[in-house]
Amino acid sequence: MSKFLTTIGLEVHVQLKTRSKMFCGCSTEFGAAPNTQICPVCLGYPGTLPVMNGAAVRLTVLSGLMLGCRISPYSKFDRKNYFYPDMPKNYQISQYDKPLCLGGSVEIELEGRAKKIGLTRIHLEEDVGKNLHFAHWSGVDFNRAGVPLMEIVSEPDLESAEEAFAYLQALRQILTYAGVSDCNMEEGNLRCDVNVSIRPEGQARLGTKAEIKNLNTFKGVFNALQFEIPRQVELIRTGGRVAQETRRWDADLGQTFSMRTKEEAHDYRYFPEPDLMPVALPEATVAAWAAALPELPRQRRERFSREYGLPEYDAKVLSAEKGVGDYFEKAVRNSRNPKAVSNWVMTDVLRILSERNLDIARFPIEAEALAELVELAESKAINSNTAREVFGILMQEGGTPGAIVAARGLAQVSDAGQVERIVDQAIAENAKSADDYRNGKSVALKFLVGQVMRLSQGKANPQMAGELLERKLKRG
Amino acid sequence: MAASSTLHTASVSDLLAWLDQGKCTSEEAVSDLLAAIRRRDGTLQGYLDVNEEDALAQAKAADAARAKGDSRRLLGVPVAVKDVLNVKGQPCGCGSRILEGYVAPYDATAIARLRAEGAVFVGRTNMDEFAMGSTTENSAYHPTRNPWNLDCVPGGSSGGSAAVVAADEALAALGSDTGGSIRQPASFCGCVGLKPSYGRISRYGLTAFASSLDQIGPMTKTVRDAALLLQVMAGHDPSDSSSLDAAVPDYLAALKSDLSGVKLGLPREYFVGGVDADVEARVQEAIGVCRKLGAKVVNVSLPHTRYAIGVYYIIATAEASANLARFDGVRYGRRAAGAGDPIELYKRTREEGFGAEVKRRIILGTYVLSSGYHDAYYLRAQKVRTLIRGDFDAAFEQCDAILTPVAPMPAYRIGEKSADPLQMYLGDVFTVPVNLAGLCGMSVPCGFTSGRLPVGLQIMGPALGEEAVLRAGYAYEQATDWRSARPPLPGQS
Amino acid sequence: MTETKPAAQPAIDVRYVANLARLDLSDAEVNEFQSQLASIVEYFDQIRGLDVESVEPTAHAAVIQNVFREDVIRPSLSRDEALANAPEHRTELFCVPKIME
Repeated sequence: MSKFLTTIGLEVHVQLKTRSKMFCGCSTEFGAAPNTQICPVCLGYPGTLPVMNGAAVRLTVLSGLMLGCRISPYSKFDRKNYFYPDMPKNYQISQYDKPLCLGGSVEIELEGRAKKIGLTRIHLEEDVGKNLHFAHWSGVDFNRAGVPLMEIVSEPDLESAEEAFAYLQALRQILTYAGVSDCNMEEGNLRCDVNVSIRPEGQARLGTKAEIKNLNTFKGVFNALQFEIPRQVELIRTGGRVAQETRRWDADLGQTFSMRTKEEAHDYRYFPEPDLMPVALPEATVAAWAAALPELPRQRRERFSREYGLPEYDAKVLSAEKGVGDYFEKAVRNSRNPKAVSNWVMTDVLRILSERNLDIARFPIEAEALAELVELAESKAINSNTAREVFGILMQEGGTPGAIVAARGLAQVSDAGQVERIVDQAIAENAKSADDYRNGKSVALKFLVGQVMRLSQGKANPQMAGELLERKLKRG
Repeated sequence: MAASSTLHTASVSDLLAWLDQGKCTSEEAVSDLLAAIRRRDGTLQGYLDVNEEDALAQAKAADAARAKGDSRRLLGVPVAVKDVLNVKGQPCGCGSRILEGYVAPYDATAIARLRAEGAVFVGRTNMDEFAMGSTTENSAYHPTRNPWNLDCVPGGSSGGSAAVVAADEALAALGSDTGGSIRQPASFCGCVGLKPSYGRISRYGLTAFASSLDQIGPMTKTVRDAALLLQVMAGHDPSDSSSLDAAVPDYLAALKSDLSGVKLGLPREYFVGGVDADVEARVQEAIGVCRKLGAKVVNVSLPHTRYAIGVYYIIATAEASANLARFDGVRYGRRAAGAGDPIELYKRTREEGFGAEVKRRIILGTYVLSSGYHDAYYLRAQKVRTLIRGDFDAAFEQCDAILTPVAPMPAYRIGEKSADPLQMYLGDVFTVPVNLAGLCGMSVPCGFTSGRLPVGLQIMGPALGEEAVLRAGYAYEQATDWRSARPPLPGQS
Repeated sequence: MTETKPAAQPAIDVRYVANLARLDLSDAEVNEFQSQLASIVEYFDQIRGLDVESVEPTAHAAVIQNVFREDVIRPSLSRDEALANAPEHRTELFCVPKIME
């Protein structure tokens, strides 16, 4: 059986994190009631005109700089003409032949191997409204219409579903680091269209490509490709042809479907947008932005090692996602023990985020609270079990560690006299184990420490308990 | 001062002086104007809608304010507005059925500026649908008649505004000009019409026809009035990215009664024949008057003039085809009933809502942008446009302003040219180059044909050259007295 | 951008172009427009003789660049105001016939 090679190109649309829309002053905030963030401009009322959001241009250039693109010295906008209910003007203001950024690349790492994925271009455009479908009608919400959208087009350098997934993750990392977008596919900040074709190994010419739309998660992109690539292979193997078409991914059924459209090939009739003036950023401006780029993931990783004395592994884990690194830094600001904070974040915090599919932004424990908890544990004010308990309480109920410990009397008992009394009690109540230990069964000590913990409602200082038990039992 | 029953015949400047001197009130002036409208507009049909109650209320408010010492520049002055401009709370129909029901939720910037200076808005004037036409016959509602000859067109697309000013049914009106739509009706009706340089007045709130060509402008009885209105409306607007960030000079200070030191150019390509003999004669006489006023007249050449109409109709229709795509029955305006899917909704709504000329131009514009034709037509036209601009750049090195006829013929009969669109387009030959090059241009009355139809003299100026244009127009106007000729209308006082 | 077709095509495909522009023309209109538009386009063809090889197209009448606005939120239209102009709306949405995707 002949082997097939896969070629994948991704077009990623990223909503930029500006306060207002691309061409008007309406808010871009997510989650507002339908049609409450609209104005005559973004509704396409007669007589209205677009005015460019300077921040959107800056964020696009910033993205280009962070992705190694060439920033175009002269860039302009064009009208892309087509009719659709979510289009307020029935043309979209976009960029056709002179986009803001050209070239660039994203580095991905798979199984220890690095690969450079080329970018073709990055351009700026306005988003469209949202269509909602009901039984006998459709409704349009124009809140989203006019939100600044950055389109990043990759070269067809990706060769597998895994690479595509890695690419999206890497892109997301850089863009969140740049502060350009939250890249949250669930909130619609990031959308992805996939172009995929296959060809027999040895054939230079690329096969016919299919476009897959309606991809709402990174996993969805992965799964869609996992389905589509074999579908195309099977088609060719059985003597069929891959149609050049748009397909829709159905996440529930786990399949792509041809979009049976009355869709003629779009003639977008692009022409320069007469209402907007070209963008020719002075070299000095772009240079100033390049000199002031936000920290890149790699730079942060190195800095975490250096500044906080963290091992390479910790630094890598903590810098993988910007939000997590931000959380860590915030916590560490209030702590004397960065490594301890790192441990807590890497194990407990990340575990919960993963279990609950939660974003760090929604993590219930504030960074300062975590720092306080770490401090309490490191200073031995509480023991490690208590610390876990308090962590759980913070997750469920909130509050602050100090207050919780005080309110519930969870402070570790390290008063020698108190601990000794409980130790004596444990020995008295567990004479057999005490004898076992005296007779050389060292594991009985652990049991006895456990009893001390039980009798003290977990509050005794376990190290002290252990030492005292050892001393007493050896004497005995 | 005239009796209160002739207030409607005043110019804006006259009225301001009388208001200032306490010789009349704004309420009296607006009342008198409304009475004249009632008498005449049944015949002329220059207005689509008159806000009688509202206008009187605005006038009364202006009088009260004036009594308290308010001295805003247009306080209490009534202005008529072409139906293409958004006036908050008013319908804005662009002479079309497709915008039935639409009420503007905002003021166009030009309107807001006039309003801020106390102007009173009297009503909406008739126009060719979406400003596409040269006769106002393309209005979805009814044609407007030329006050000088009721069987004739008033010109277009701002025919309503021109007619009401000429017939003293308005002291001043606003029009819009994309290829001559202020200047040509002004010349056909015998009033003053000014198209400012592109970007001089904000387009925000002007329903777009051709975005790179459109401008709002005043249509008035005198040059001074035009300068006054321009003064108030001109200036940079952050809501319009194409508006010029250039200082607004004192236009009134530019008005002088002589032309010594002024160089006027005559482009040979505009005087080659094919122009009505009377029109040619009146324009030549006007040139003679300018000479007597001290102007030096030089010959210039604008070699690419013959391509201007083609270039204009390619670019204007292309931009219009996109600008009019928004009229689809979804967010405002009229919607066709019974459509089964959105595509059908669009097609039916637009088929029912647009008139023939609008459809023709949308098809032309879509065609010249479409795949396979874009380079040959649209792109090429934009290049020839550069050549046309170059012609003017060179010509204005030799003169301060250029004189030409406004149109090759005077007003023609209603229905005469409506069968052949191309013939009608060719009438724009002298006006479209001004829009293509982004220049300013004004039409001032310069006499009549033997059939007693008005003839206009076009004065073109370089971009931001309104002062030179206003100066030439004012001096000429003051040296002649075409304004005292009034159209033979019923109910004349 | 797009390729240039060699010589002027004999006729505009009025129906095809009308469809692009979402216009539903009657047969009578198609016939009327066909001849009118043909003569207009023929008139346009005049410009094809000019040598514009080295000429830059004019997209804007005035040479302005870098016109931006600050990223600040401005008051919007209220939903009621916006829906007041809507030919049809249901609950909070602009209504259209069902879209089949």
